Amino acid sequence: MQHTLAAGLGFKPQHFDDALACASPGWWLEVHPENYMADGGPRVAMLDALADRHPISLHGVSLSLAAAAPPDMNHLRRLRRLIDRVNPILLSEHLAWSAWSGQYVPDLLPFPRTHEALARVVDNVSRSQDVLGHTISLENPSHYLVLDGHDWSETDFLAELVRRTGCGLLLDVNNVHVSAHNLGTSAHAYLDAFPLHAVTEIHVAGHVMDDAHAGALLIDSHDAPVADAVWELYGHVLALGGPRPTLIERDGNVPSFDALRQECSRANAMLDMQALTA
Amino acid sequence: MSALATFQASFLAALHDDDSAFAPAKQAAFAVYRNTVMRACLDALEANFPSVVCLVGREWFRAAAAIHVPLSPPRDVRLGNYGEAFADFLAAFEPAADLPYLADVARLDRLWTESLHAADAPILSVDALAALSPHDLAAVRPRIHPATRWLASSLPARSIWEASRAGVPVEESLAWLPEGTLIVRDEHHVRVLPIVPGDIAMLEAIAGGASLAEAAETCALAHPGAPIDLIVSGLLRSGAFTPS
Repeated sequence: MQHTLAAGLGFKPQHFDDALACASPGWWLEVHPENYMADGGPRVAMLDALADRHPISLHGVSLSLAAAAPPDMNHLRRLRRLIDRVNPILLSEHLAWSAWSGQYVPDLLPFPRTHEALARVVDNVSRSQDVLGHTISLENPSHYLVLDGHDWSETDFLAELVRRTGCGLLLDVNNVHVSAHNLGTSAHAYLDAFPLHAVTEIHVAGHVMDDAHAGALLIDSHDAPVADAVWELYGHVLALGGPRPTLIERDGNVPSFDALRQECSRANAMLDMQALTA
Repeated sequence: MSALATFQASFLAALHDDDSAFAPAKQAAFAVYRNTVMRACLDALEANFPSVVCLVGREWFRAAAAIHVPLSPPRDVRLGNYGEAFADFLAAFEPAADLPYLADVARLDRLWTESLHAADAPILSVDALAALSPHDLAAVRPRIHPATRWLASSLPARSIWEASRAGVPVEESLAWLPEGTLIVRDEHHVRVLPIVPGDIAMLEAIAGGASLAEAAETCALAHPGAPIDLIVSGLLRSGAFTPS
């Protein structure tokens, strides 16, 4: 089945009826597979119902591909079962680690992009793709810390990862904006260096200014509307790389379905414009 | 240990150690990770133990949970499963000593969630057994339905749990007596039912692989005079079993 994906939405159970009924062209939904790794019951049934009607993207948050250890086989097997169940149109994870020594850290943690780290991530992505029988797209993370010891820029690291594993990339434009602000780098320069040919999906989301401790940080909080600066970067990405399936990511302060659909419409209008001018 | 492994071990240790010597932890931005990790753990526990939250209030709950998290950090990436040790923690948590029922209320929250996400399976119905001869009926070996759970509490934990889930105060007439609880799932709907010690003896015997006749005998020995036929038909009607 060939789909032309336009703007999709991170699925929230409270929007089930609207998300199921939505007939917008190119409509799709993304879920965190971890939330649907149940043996049975209503949650799995809900995902089955969505997958019967709409393309589904599985966006993992816990595979910990940048950990100095192979991925957890039990988790990979559960993910494989879910893939076989919903036949996702996209499968993605993060360039980050979140598990170590049997402990799960519910966050997407950074690491020095060394040659050793590249070899490890290459191995972990390859092993995962083999078990899953599906290409994974890796998402660029949000950064808060200045780390020493990088051998690679992030864009070169990702390009090399693509070259060695055949994986795709998920370009999170909000993360680019947040990271550039927090690290004092240029978002446009980052995007100009990004291997856009490998991008299978784009994320846009909202962020907040952190007022709790460090003040000057932007936090990738997914709890606000997409900021104008991120829409501007998104337009830049489309102009550089052409239209790609685009997800509105919203996890906190979740508004009405209609409010999120308006953000989807804004992305769709930009995608349509790009398709016309391409 | 590789440089990457050393970095990760140090990072992890620094998440729960404000005085860590790990260089990146000295940046103010490291607090973002500390906060995000702790908030995700607290949010998960709050979502997984709503009846406990209702009884003690959100502020008390999160303060207690923040003590629990470093002691028992998540091991399963499915945060909906987090809190496997939380009821035992509450049972031994000194500030909760005035609320002796809190641990069993937490256990009921957890069993409820386990039931909700358990595998789908057919229910062994009374009708399916009605046509059998007494001899064949006695030999039937039901299995516990994947979504069936039970708890024997020495306190009225179920009554307190139900009031908490309904968001109403516990009735003043509440009898301070032990309560048994059966949790079953009917299609996608979890139901919480009162049961007596005879029911629990029957459930445990069936869980051990007994036939209906063997389970009835075990139950009668443990609880002389218990209405065995009513216990069996009651458990069947509740949907506690799946066909073998």
